[in-house]
Amino acid sequence: MGAWMSYRLRLQRKRWRIRAFRKRRELSEVANRTAQIKPGDIVAFTTLRNEKVRLEYFLKYYRRLGVDHFVMVDNASDDGSREYLADQPDVSLWGSAGSYKRSRFGVDWLNWLQWQYGHGHWCLTVDPDEFLVYPFCDTRPIRALTDWLDASSIKSFSAMLLDMYPKGPIDAFPYNSGQDPFEIASWFDSGNYTTMRNHKFGNLWIQGGPRARAFFPDRPERAPALNKIPLVKWHRQYTYVSSTHMLLPRGLNAVYDEWGGEKASGILLHAKFLDTFSQKSAEELERRQHYANSHEYRAYHERLKDNPDLWCKWSERYINWRQLEILGLMSKGNWA
Amino acid sequence: MTVGIVMLVHNAFDRAEQVARHWSAGGCPVVIHVDRKVPQPAYQDFVKALSKLDNVRFSKRHRCEWGTWSLVAASQTASEQMLAEFPDVTHVYLASGSCLPLRPVEELQQYLADRPHTNFIESVTTEDVPWTVGGLSLERFTLRFPFSWKKQRKLFDTYVKLQRRFGYRRRIPQGLEPHLGSQWWCLTRQTLSAILEDPDRAVYERYFKRVWIPDESYYQTLVRLYSGMVESRSLTLSKFDFQGKPHIFYDDHLQLLRRSNCFVARKIWPRANRLYDAFLASGEEAQSLAEPNPGKIDRIFAKAVERRTRGRAGLYMQSRFPNPDWENGKTCAPYSVFEGFSDLFDDFEGWLGKMVGARVHGPLFAPDRVHFSSRQRIYAGALCDSAALRDYNPVAFLTNLVWNTRGERQCFQFGPRDNQEPAWFMATDSNAQISVITGAWAVPLFHSNLNFKDIRREAARLQKIEAEHLHVLRSPHTKARVRIWSMADFVESPMEPLQTIIDEIGVRHPRRLTEAPRMVDLQGFGHFLQNLKNQGMQPHLMGDFPASDRQGQVPASPRKPYLVKK
Repeated sequence: MGAWMSYRLRLQRKRWRIRAFRKRRELSEVANRTAQIKPGDIVAFTTLRNEKVRLEYFLKYYRRLGVDHFVMVDNASDDGSREYLADQPDVSLWGSAGSYKRSRFGVDWLNWLQWQYGHGHWCLTVDPDEFLVYPFCDTRPIRALTDWLDASSIKSFSAMLLDMYPKGPIDAFPYNSGQDPFEIASWFDSGNYTTMRNHKFGNLWIQGGPRARAFFPDRPERAPALNKIPLVKWHRQYTYVSSTHMLLPRGLNAVYDEWGGEKASGILLHAKFLDTFSQKSAEELERRQHYANSHEYRAYHERLKDNPDLWCKWSERYINWRQLEILGLMSKGNWA
Repeated sequence: MTVGIVMLVHNAFDRAEQVARHWSAGGCPVVIHVDRKVPQPAYQDFVKALSKLDNVRFSKRHRCEWGTWSLVAASQTASEQMLAEFPDVTHVYLASGSCLPLRPVEELQQYLADRPHTNFIESVTTEDVPWTVGGLSLERFTLRFPFSWKKQRKLFDTYVKLQRRFGYRRRIPQGLEPHLGSQWWCLTRQTLSAILEDPDRAVYERYFKRVWIPDESYYQTLVRLYSGMVESRSLTLSKFDFQGKPHIFYDDHLQLLRRSNCFVARKIWPRANRLYDAFLASGEEAQSLAEPNPGKIDRIFAKAVERRTRGRAGLYMQSRFPNPDWENGKTCAPYSVFEGFSDLFDDFEGWLGKMVGARVHGPLFAPDRVHFSSRQRIYAGALCDSAALRDYNPVAFLTNLVWNTRGERQCFQFGPRDNQEPAWFMATDSNAQISVITGAWAVPLFHSNLNFKDIRREAARLQKIEAEHLHVLRSPHTKARVRIWSMADFVESPMEPLQTIIDEIGVRHPRRLTEAPRMVDLQGFGHFLQNLKNQGMQPHLMGDFPASDRQGQVPASPRKPYLVKK
């Protein structure tokens, strides 16, 4: 990469930071407990809208992994999410009535909050329906991972999004607050992912899984990206560029080995396909606040009308991280 | 008669305190060196916490930095203090704050009492060490290293290169033969005091101060001067990964560590409560005099390093995406590609499936859709039969298929009608077995009911594609096992080539082939080719089929008898 490209990316990074700075005005403080964040704490960053039913398990899951504090942005929920979160002792909550789309799907808001509260911390940026699985997560807290990453001078950790789905129609099993969503959506596609390099930002572009197979078999280029880098040792100069798919400076996107080896990586289990999905996708279609004119949600809507079963006889049932590692979806790298 | 512990500490003081108490309670005097970079209040708290123990002392503090002399200086100061203040110490054991004793202290004491003159220090000549960081072994002793490897890597590397270019070499002091080894040692009083009280110590010190990572070479080299009893291994279990940083032990390593029978392990994650609770629990009786046996741990960590450096062949994923030619195997298992066979034989796939212990697919790269075995819509790993999805990244489709079906060999048909994008990939993949009957694509045209003008156009198109494909298969870069027959040659004697291919795949019934696939009717094929020629096209890939159709005159059914060999 030449100096010119380098310089342009630098300008781009500054632009995103300025944008985050300006978008800060859309945020209004609901409950600021960030004074509790101690040096070395692991902080989760999330934006959400009307996810009340998911929140209980979400918080439970990440507290158990050892996340110390949650910084959340509520984008105008009206289902009680805001009140629920404001009462949690380890959640700092901001509200925003601004446009989700025009904050680049929440990235600007989170960039601002990470700039303010994430500097020097390991920051985990996840949606309420994303659940991080990393090597040894059943026996080692997330702090063990970040300590190891620190010791290995690694600044970012990749976790591919793995879409989980139930066997049978998506809305056949009601999801209750506090329940493990993967009791219902316990199936996934194990080996139909395609990877390409994005030379500009140096990240990988991964597509595939049930969404590509069921919703985009004829337009695979429109299938959503699954590569994510949710765990980063944050510096205030960093910015996410598009969702958590890629960051600037681009060195943070080098989460894969190019010389034949495997770096350590994890999986974000994606509990999108629960009974809440059809309602959500209808609602999102109405709001038109999603990526690329919400074409993704339009495709979902089309497909869900007639046959909403994503399951096939080659689907794998989720057991644990070791299974994902054997299937080649994630890797221990040299962590043992 | 006891062993004294010299402890180098720079963080995780609560754990260091716990371990120091453990040693002290076991009757081992402890001298602790705390890095001077540690702020005064933290240091004071630490000292205060241990002040009630009369056999725990603190040594003069040095400012320590990785890879520099300061670490040796720290261990020297603390060792001197140990030897001076605890006269009944016979062995001195160098440990760090993140070391954890795995066996009762008495067992270590007993073990050393049984070997009163043995020095346990890994000490290997520079020619024999494969594990040095940065590829420097002997050069550690002969070059100068004024720049920090951790903070000024570019300067460090440039300066090393510069010295190599100009052939600069430091002189190694007379009598020293450079040795390297783990910095965690256990030396006898005799040897250690000889090193520390040597009249030439100042000379050696001046030299080693400029050696790179002297804590891995100072004692390791000097011990050879003073002692004949060197057991070249460390009593501390400490594994390093490919970047030269120590592997860390966690709670889930408990059983592994227990069974290793090692005396001390490092590094332990400071929050590994279960490990600290289990191994520092008092009241454990000394019982075994077993030799340390870290074999299993060695294997686990060796595997981890291999995974990091070589990875799993044929895997492409979020954290392994090798550059071209760095894959260590483009696919993960052998597979077979058949070109022209299903054109020439009726139900070739069914026949092949019966013959070989492998999965036989149709044309996977066909333009209409993916023809998986037994016409499944979705196949292993939830691969979809959509042609658009496959053509979005055909190579990934192939590598995925081979990866998803590990343990079962895959065979599929391929030809000029199919998407040609993966052709180059397959040709350069040493796992591919590619068998081609050239020109066989003309047979379906011959049987088709198209207008001859269209047939001619299509034949010209397919011939061009196949000719290019053959060019790829015959290129010097090809690594696949490629066999090419012209159709005329193949029709002449089909059994021998088939036998060879099938033997290579692995036969279902280890006998000679008894049942031949049924060849399609070629009556009039020579004439058909002649017609193409008459229309101005040159069908050259089929080989020589005489226009008079003598081969075609062989009736379809009697073919069988001379194929069957009993």
